[in-house]
Amino acid sequence: MSPELQLDSHGNLRHLLTLEGLSSDLLSRILDTAEDLEKALRGPEKNIPLLRGRTIVNLFFEPSTRTRTTFELAAKRLSADVLNLQIAASSTSKGETLFDTLKTLEAMQADMFVVRHDASGAAHFFAEHAAPGVAILNAGDGRHAHPTQGLLDLFTIRRYKQEFTNLRVAIVGDVLHSRVARSDIHGLRTLGAREIRVVAPPTLVPAGIEQMGVRVCHRIEEGLEGADVVILLRLQKERMLGAFLPSMGEFHRDFGLTRKRLETLRKDAIIMHPGPINRGVEIEGDVAYGPQSLILQQVSHGIAVRMAVMAMILGHNASPTAPTRTRRRLGVLR
Amino acid sequence: MTRPAQMKEWSLKAHSESVPTLPEGRALLIRGARILDPASAHDGVGDVLLRDGKIAAIGQHLEAATDVTILNARGQWLLPGLVDLCARFREPGQTHKASFASETRAAQAAGVTEVVIPPDTSPAIDTPAMLIRLQRIAQQIGGLDVRVLGALTKGLGGEALAEMSALKGAGAVGFSNALAPVRDSLIARRALEYANGLDLTTHVFAQDATLAAGGCVHEGPVGTRLGLSPIPAAAEVAALRFWISLVEDTGARIHFCRLSTARGVELMESALARNLPISADVAMHQLFLTDQDVDGFNALCHVQPPLRTAADRDALRAAVREGTIAAICSDHKPHEADAKINPFPMTEPGVSSLETMVPLALALIDDGVLSPLSAVERLCLGPATIAGTDGGRLAVGGTANLCLIDPKAQYRIDPEKFLSAGRHTPFAERTVRGRVLRTFHRGIEVFHTADSSGRRSTPTRLG
Repeated sequence: MSPELQLDSHGNLRHLLTLEGLSSDLLSRILDTAEDLEKALRGPEKNIPLLRGRTIVNLFFEPSTRTRTTFELAAKRLSADVLNLQIAASSTSKGETLFDTLKTLEAMQADMFVVRHDASGAAHFFAEHAAPGVAILNAGDGRHAHPTQGLLDLFTIRRYKQEFTNLRVAIVGDVLHSRVARSDIHGLRTLGAREIRVVAPPTLVPAGIEQMGVRVCHRIEEGLEGADVVILLRLQKERMLGAFLPSMGEFHRDFGLTRKRLETLRKDAIIMHPGPINRGVEIEGDVAYGPQSLILQQVSHGIAVRMAVMAMILGHNASPTAPTRTRRRLGVLR
Repeated sequence: MTRPAQMKEWSLKAHSESVPTLPEGRALLIRGARILDPASAHDGVGDVLLRDGKIAAIGQHLEAATDVTILNARGQWLLPGLVDLCARFREPGQTHKASFASETRAAQAAGVTEVVIPPDTSPAIDTPAMLIRLQRIAQQIGGLDVRVLGALTKGLGGEALAEMSALKGAGAVGFSNALAPVRDSLIARRALEYANGLDLTTHVFAQDATLAAGGCVHEGPVGTRLGLSPIPAAAEVAALRFWISLVEDTGARIHFCRLSTARGVELMESALARNLPISADVAMHQLFLTDQDVDGFNALCHVQPPLRTAADRDALRAAVREGTIAAICSDHKPHEADAKINPFPMTEPGVSSLETMVPLALALIDDGVLSPLSAVERLCLGPATIAGTDGGRLAVGGTANLCLIDPKAQYRIDPEKFLSAGRHTPFAERTVRGRVLRTFHRGIEVFHTADSSGRRSTPTRLG
């Protein structure tokens, strides 16, 4: 993957399309910035005027409420103007191509597009065709990448586990269709995780994923043994009706994180899930909100991480009205 | 869209007023070229005399009569015109992509004198009327021998047999369901038998439709990392096995189009060892590119069948060397610019590949895959034999379909210079050697490179 597409000549983020190819140094800088922002958000004043006057367009071609909302909130906390466009099939059914959609919206003087699309490579496509100075933030493209979810997972793991180098991470569930799994794997590899396992029946493991540096486990007992971090993936029921799985019940019996399986885990293991969860499928209800679960923390971390990425992409040529002190404190002013 | 009309006008002029050669009754003597003719296993410097659209003589130091124009071709290669087993000219029905005239010009510029058109035009070539319509278009433009494959099933739907006998009567040289599957095994078998009863070959694109469903790249680490839906190698292998088993049952003749896997090659080898009446071709780009080239979502490498692994590519190269794959085709698919301006899975597969055939063939020679003579065999004689025509050879008394190549010309491939309306090529910017200098169709020079920089002769210059 061409890292030059998402980095400028100084190695700073110009777009965020994938975690693949980003250095551990850059990943750490993003996570550090997110830490600063997260602390700032805990104060009484939640708005940081870093991107005042900037326009961020949420361009969602797939239905989404949760992810879109966190992007919206992140942008608003940075005092940017936000436009939400849920394009679904409506525009394309009118015959407008993605290229035309991009050009039309560019003409509205947007500074950043947060793009979600069901075609892998959509964010790359937008980045390749965007006007200079227009940033693309990938909010999920097909099965390829969901880099801000990957970052918020890394953020959550780092907060609770500090070092990555000793960690065994198990990613459980529908790896085949999961852009979250791919982004997590890239990020964890770069930050030096000791072992990454993907745990799923063979029908949900894409061919050759070992070459991304993971171990494939088809039995959950093997996958969970000694794991420090368990990341559960959402099973899209409507997708599974094909021949991927015999039934949701069978998946739950063989791969669901039940209370019984929880007991076999290390006591300090943490449990994560990108949401929304399917109770009784990939996770038993009690486990979802148990003491080891960080599912809700992930959601709030998502806002800080998305703010960090937006600030780092748009901040280094930030709006002159943003207070220098704030920018310097947050490490986004160089 | 004035361009197609202009092209057509020019093409017609090119015939009547033609370029320097061969007014009626005159002759052209091509002197001192390296003559490459696999049919006679001839590879040596000599002269070729063209008269009345035929090859009148081949030999050393041929005498030039007074009416003969002499062309000094020292240092050039003279070979039969290329025979391309699969090029799409987009007419009828897809003229937003290309026109028959533009792609005829591209073929001529590529040294191609004979082309086989698959039936997946819009509508499909599934009736004699459609086939005759296509031939009329071809005749009007001229300058190229155009063969047509009739549809194997009505509308390529895979459900009912097309009127194959009538299609043959109208001139079909074989039958094919193009890229569309014949899902019903019984219909596949009957269609094959019926075609064989007409003594024509069925051209099969072997890809299991359900295994390939929704896929756009080879199943493997690259596709997995990019999150692109896969087409496993088994999609090809399973379909090959199925069709070969029908050949075993019926003895019907099949030509397998666009092989892409090492396992497919193995199947071909074992079936050929049992003397089954089968043959295979490969698209030229499959001999150079792999799934690695798709990385970064390179839509120029979105082709069908997908680019596979380096091991597959190497097996295909070996099969071309050994003759298991008897023909290399362009699999030319010109597209409008917009067809590739989309996220990768939404782009249309296929590239404009006629005009890169000769330099890539020379690259195969440079890579030690083929000798010059065997390269010509895979591009000319092999495909002509599969198409059941007498082209692809240089024989005294035979049709003067041939081309002259400058094997030393080095240049960078520039799709903006293509005569094809399709400008998508994964080989853009690649430095290559080997340029088509002149193409003769039935003794008439239908293409010549204007100058050594490869600038095309423009319609205005001649009009």
